[in-house]
Amino acid sequence: MDKIIEVQNLSKRFGEFEAVGGISFDVEKGEIFSLLGPNGAGKTTTIKMLTTLIEPSSGLIHIGGINLAENKIAIRKQFGIVFQDSSLDEDLTAEENMFFHAVLYGLNRSKRQTNIETLLKFFGLWERRDELVKHFSGGMKKRLEIARALSHEPPLLFLDEPTSGLDPQNRSRLWEYLKDLNKKMNMTIFLTTHSMEEVEKVSERIVIIDHGKISAEGTPDSIKAATNSDTLEEAFLALTGRDIREDAPALTDQMRKGRLLWSGGKKR
Amino acid sequence: MNAVWALWLRQIKRYLRSRSRLIGSLGQPLLFLLALGFGFGPIFKKAGGGNYLEFLTPGIVSMGVLFTAIFSGIEIIWDRQFGFLKETLVAPVSRIYIMLGRTLGGATVAVIQGILVLTIATLAGFKWTSPLGIFPALGFMFFIAVLFTALGTGIASILEDMQGFQIIMNFLVMPIFFFSGSLFPLSGLPHFLGVLSAFNPLTYGVEGLRLSLLGGSLLRMGVDILVLFGFSSVLLFIGSWLFEKIQI
Repeated sequence: MDKIIEVQNLSKRFGEFEAVGGISFDVEKGEIFSLLGPNGAGKTTTIKMLTTLIEPSSGLIHIGGINLAENKIAIRKQFGIVFQDSSLDEDLTAEENMFFHAVLYGLNRSKRQTNIETLLKFFGLWERRDELVKHFSGGMKKRLEIARALSHEPPLLFLDEPTSGLDPQNRSRLWEYLKDLNKKMNMTIFLTTHSMEEVEKVSERIVIIDHGKISAEGTPDSIKAATNSDTLEEAFLALTGRDIREDAPALTDQMRKGRLLWSGGKKR
Repeated sequence: MNAVWALWLRQIKRYLRSRSRLIGSLGQPLLFLLALGFGFGPIFKKAGGGNYLEFLTPGIVSMGVLFTAIFSGIEIIWDRQFGFLKETLVAPVSRIYIMLGRTLGGATVAVIQGILVLTIATLAGFKWTSPLGIFPALGFMFFIAVLFTALGTGIASILEDMQGFQIIMNFLVMPIFFFSGSLFPLSGLPHFLGVLSAFNPLTYGVEGLRLSLLGGSLLRMGVDILVLFGFSSVLLFIGSWLFEKIQI
């Protein structure tokens, strides 16, 4: 199978703190891949580097065969992303959010109209297209974000905790949509989530990251077998321990913000 | 260039939908215009300064444009906090175009605010020397708007919360406004404040607007345009550079 993402010795340091420490992994075209880890393990930092939001300190990233360090604009056309927190403009309508995204991604008028209509219908939002997003429920916003991320027909979709804050009905519906897209369009899905149950149901391959290093890689079954666990959650706990890490991301974030402020926004 | 247009359009749509913002941002210029214009008018006249409303109006129009333009920079902080900034930063578009679209959008909104203040001042009794003055006046409003939207964007690019932005604005915007010749002639200022106001870009915007609306030296107007063009170019460059460096 072809590789859509290739990561080699990727690191990110914020001053003395190493958030990601020399990780390497690949993602195959058309697979549903999960990057898992406890809070502060380096998942979000990794996704931010893969999606060009922050610069790696060292290492190589290729997406769709393109070197990220050489051509960020071309890399950005290769993926859609649904962030953990909403990135919609809530003072715009659903259709306007789709429209602005499509213009930013360079879709021509007819392609824009076709894709917006098709996706809003697919995600059950066509009838509500003229309503301001601030009046939408959490589930509707998430569906709109996914529709928007797909409107430029990327071969790769990043989903950062896509079901957090959603009720079981919305979660189930969302995964129906995503699995359907993965099958019909051979779309690669790169997922991060804390829901081991979801990962076990949908993921073909997993990388578990902890303290910025990869601690396990393989299929859900191979990881369970390697740790003598019955469930993925048990395997995850066996690999990452039972210590609570809730303070870690806040610390990482504060260090990054502090450095940005003092460096006048300079890249590190 | 489609991205520039899209981001410009987004700013306009958001502005036209926010009636509270539209009305709220008129409050302060109107208060200054009515309270100072009518309050200090008789004193100004007695001191031999002439009609204070006529002196004050270009300054208050500049104020409306300045405040609206610089606070457009706040929108980056909002967009950062509410997530939309990430959407634009992962788009396959150079950040310079994103910055340009946002700046032109913010500047257009600021010019609309300036026109509204000028309309109200005219209704309150401000007398134009010539209706043709509107054309250079619009040009000066646009220069002020671009310049300070770029400044606001640059500052907001390195800040992560509203509090930081407000502190800087209080130490920057108010001095810029007070020492620009908006409220009183700069000729009476002590030497060091006079020098300070010569480095204040708004000084040239206010003077240009005053010359446009009330008539005066074309040569002086040309100098104002050149100085504003220089300041705008530098601030657009710095703003773009800072915006380019944003990491989320």
